[in-house]
Amino acid sequence: MATIFIDNKPYEVKEGQDLLQACLSLGFNVPYFCWHPAMHSVGACRQCAVKQYKDEADTRGKIVMSCMTPAADGTRISIDDPEAKAFRKGVIEWLMLNHPHDCPVCDEGGECHLQDMTVMTGHSYRRYRFKKRTYRNQYLGPFVNHEMDRCIQCYRCVRFYRDYAGGRDLNVFASHDHVYFGRHEDGILQSEFSGNLVEVCPTGVFTDKTLKKHYTRKWDLQTAPSVCVHCSLGCNTIPGERYGKLRRVSDRYNSEVNGYFLCDRGRFGYEFVNSGRRIPQVLVRPERNVDAIPVSREEVLEHISGVLHFGARVIGIGSPRASLEANFALRSLVGPENYYSGMSEKEHALISSIIKILEKGPARSASLNDVMKSDAVFVLGEDVLNTAPMLGLALRQSVRQRPMEAERRLKIPDWHDAAVRAAMQSERGPLFIATPAGTGIDDIAAGTFRGAPDDIARLGFAVAHELNNELPEVTGLSSKVHGLAKRIADELRNAGRPLIVSGTGCLSEAVIHAAANIAWALCEKGRKAQLCFAMPECNSVGLGFIGGSSIGMALKAADEGRVDAAIVLENDLYRRVDAAQLDRFFDKVKNVIVIDHVFTKTSAKADVILPAGSFAETTGTVINNEGRAQRFYQVFIPGLDIQESRQWLRDMMAASHIPLAGQWKTLDDITAAMTEAIPSLKQVREIAPGATYRETGMRVPRQPHRYSGRTAMFSHFLVHEPKPPEDTDAPFSFSMEGYEGRHPSPLIPRFWSPGWNSVQAVNKFQREINGPLRGGDTGKRLIEPGDIERPAYFTVVPAAFNVHDNEILVVPLYHIFGSEELSVISPGVAELSSKPYLALNPRGLKGTGTKEGEEIKLILNGRTYNLPVKFMSDLPDGVAGLPFGLPGSQWVELPAWGRVNPENADIVQ
Amino acid sequence: MLSLLKTMWTVFLHLFRRKITVSYPEEKPYVPPRWRGRIILSCDPDGGERCVACYLCAVACPVDCIALQAAEDEHGRRYPEFFRINFSRCIFCGFCEEACPAYAIQLTTDFEMGEYKRQNLVYEKEDLLISGPGKYPGYNFYRTAGLSIEGKDKGEAENELPPVDVRGIMP
Repeated sequence: MATIFIDNKPYEVKEGQDLLQACLSLGFNVPYFCWHPAMHSVGACRQCAVKQYKDEADTRGKIVMSCMTPAADGTRISIDDPEAKAFRKGVIEWLMLNHPHDCPVCDEGGECHLQDMTVMTGHSYRRYRFKKRTYRNQYLGPFVNHEMDRCIQCYRCVRFYRDYAGGRDLNVFASHDHVYFGRHEDGILQSEFSGNLVEVCPTGVFTDKTLKKHYTRKWDLQTAPSVCVHCSLGCNTIPGERYGKLRRVSDRYNSEVNGYFLCDRGRFGYEFVNSGRRIPQVLVRPERNVDAIPVSREEVLEHISGVLHFGARVIGIGSPRASLEANFALRSLVGPENYYSGMSEKEHALISSIIKILEKGPARSASLNDVMKSDAVFVLGEDVLNTAPMLGLALRQSVRQRPMEAERRLKIPDWHDAAVRAAMQSERGPLFIATPAGTGIDDIAAGTFRGAPDDIARLGFAVAHELNNELPEVTGLSSKVHGLAKRIADELRNAGRPLIVSGTGCLSEAVIHAAANIAWALCEKGRKAQLCFAMPECNSVGLGFIGGSSIGMALKAADEGRVDAAIVLENDLYRRVDAAQLDRFFDKVKNVIVIDHVFTKTSAKADVILPAGSFAETTGTVINNEGRAQRFYQVFIPGLDIQESRQWLRDMMAASHIPLAGQWKTLDDITAAMTEAIPSLKQVREIAPGATYRETGMRVPRQPHRYSGRTAMFSHFLVHEPKPPEDTDAPFSFSMEGYEGRHPSPLIPRFWSPGWNSVQAVNKFQREINGPLRGGDTGKRLIEPGDIERPAYFTVVPAAFNVHDNEILVVPLYHIFGSEELSVISPGVAELSSKPYLALNPRGLKGTGTKEGEEIKLILNGRTYNLPVKFMSDLPDGVAGLPFGLPGSQWVELPAWGRVNPENADIVQ
Repeated sequence: MLSLLKTMWTVFLHLFRRKITVSYPEEKPYVPPRWRGRIILSCDPDGGERCVACYLCAVACPVDCIALQAAEDEHGRRYPEFFRINFSRCIFCGFCEEACPAYAIQLTTDFEMGEYKRQNLVYEKEDLLISGPGKYPGYNFYRTAGLSIEGKDKGEAENELPPVDVRGIMP
């Protein structure tokens, strides 16, 4: 700890910080622009000036930039010094010389850091008599809007986009007062994290284009803390609603998970909530292959009670994209023996295997923050930028850890960003990537390996063997691969915080086993090795906890005629099982009830379709890939018949006279029942205060205190204002009434503090800059490693991959935009998603004369697919890639052996 | 007893004072031009809607009786998709007019808004829009500032330089 004196008062601060960070951590208001908590100081904007004094006797002092001055012991500064104040006011005045007078039509207005800082410094009158500079704007794609006139040249955008996120297509051009931030020409921003420019930019140069289409100011958004549902990482978000439509998603800081950033899929995938594919009302199909007709709630519940009569054999199919509570409600309705997890056979096996590895093994599951701090990483078989994008961003920071050590020895402080980067140059820590196809983070890798899933697993086992001789040896490796394995093992062994990243992307258990072996071998050597697995969906781990068997078993039960009715919860089965098999299932099962929020291929077959709430209209719990259970809260009340899945299930129970329904009044009741039935979920009760939590007798308001239009927004229906709806499941109110002040961290509905209207207000909610939120970060880890002497290593090494003569191994490829079911319904994401294709290595097509884009026949599992060819020259020989889950594609069991353009294709068909 | 008589005497004296009440509605009272009465939405001198849907009137409103939704027309100009004032809640404080950066929302001298049904006091945009510029004849927000829209390129607003040539090499 160091003692610094601010305006002659002593304060204890952590050593190794800059003064700005120290002042903000202490709660002082020091204005700044170029400094960003995640990207640290460059001293470009001159806005954070304070006066520093040599010692107690010094009365003159000198003006310094607080972001560029270390908070060393004994530092004496003054924030309130008149000269420093005048300096800061002057700087703002310069920055405002060219800033346009367009706040009323600027989307940043009301949450603008520049507005906040201008008010904070007191600049209010324009003295400059000359004209303002203007620029031409660029088209930057469907997500980000560009309005360059507003720029104040803080360089945050390029520092984030290039230095932090590794993007290459945004840069700064021209010189002097013509400096321009943009692309070299109009075009879609290539980075998966471009949406963060919206929050990183202190003013309105980069704004949210999806918000622009249904623009609402921050003060008018009804918000609640939420969790992203578009991948398994569970990034914390703040969705905002107005007039019954979800307007945007912004970042919710969580130092252990996503920090200050979100990926574009998470930020812009929300529009499915407003889409035309939502199920608006209860629909019943009188008979199969007939259009479903709308019926009332009462009618459908009566119909369902007839279906679920006593003695009927009812099964329930859960979903990894539904909350724990909804899945548990379904499990309770049908009974644990009739509950199926709703994951495919393979997915189910992989998830169970991963949970077992994390629970039974000595290696801890890594949070994204842990990933960022790892100093040697080995990625096995996972294209992280496409399956769990924020993991890719975290890995980009991890390669800086090793060189940072060297900088520290040179006495360059961590926060001195420009100096650190200048000293680091292109030096990077060890990151090894073994995947079937190239990934977006290959540019920072120390070594890459391309192979079929089995070969990737073999490389992994070879690394494990290098670390621990007792582990099975991998024979028949080429000297090159052997050398790579040795190199990886050496780097991991020499690292302080090694990390092994893998996941379900390859759909190969061997890969996961290999990853576990490496981490465990390192743990046995005394290294604090961690494991990070990317999973397919937001609640995959949660389903692993709830149990139940895979869909395959459900289909089998139906085939054997043991099923009268099936309830499918928020699950499009056609994305997980072969279509023909499913069609047979629907033929066999006479009554299929689908509860979902969007129309899917499954709902098209259902007899009863019940409209469920999306993540923004429900409260529940999901467990992310780390094993962290996190609560997401209902943001707004949906219209029409839509209600939460668990409510539908409760109503069904009540209609069919299952006594449990009476006991389940609130979400807390279900959570209590769930934690009792499944003891491993016990801590879910502690993740957030219950529905009865009150602060000085008041709820937490979902609406900001300056929410407008309260007495006019519904007055065209009826001039008498309705009573705001009451929330029985959460301690939030659907109004602006409630306690305005510090809330427990899981209940922070938005970041706002007096004088801090922009997202930068988060510094008022952190214990210290970049530290956890006051009251601790949200979520509870349910998986901690066991205290194990010797882990149960996996001993089966798969055989080497052999190129077949007439066949090709088809492995899944993933797309950040397109492979995820819900986000792709959003127009912006849909625009960027690709069409189905078959990726082939042009080497293997030599002599066939096949051109890129040409349609090709692929025979897989006895079925023919006509797909355009895409050349991917880094695919290993004998391996082809098929994108997973793109709209218009069909589910195929992968990896599988297929044939491309065989002469007898027609016969097979 | 004495006070009673005193009171009666005072009332009697008032019989000879000048009458303050007027026989409204036959006789209209004098309303000063800055009277804060019925709220209108004005148009700019070119005849276009002035409101740029910035939400400042709504947020300034102490009784929250203004609700609107921003939209953008085919020229890139922002306008309110709907604009609603619930006059049964309005307290005619004039904050909305003060907050308006475009001189769009203005309070007028009309106060005769009585209705038998409260529901009729909910005014939509069609009820609020007038065809003229109201109290501020010459002003057009988009000619003065704001984004470039169709018909007004970059650099054509007041006090603006023509757009920078980023590829230029002149110092």
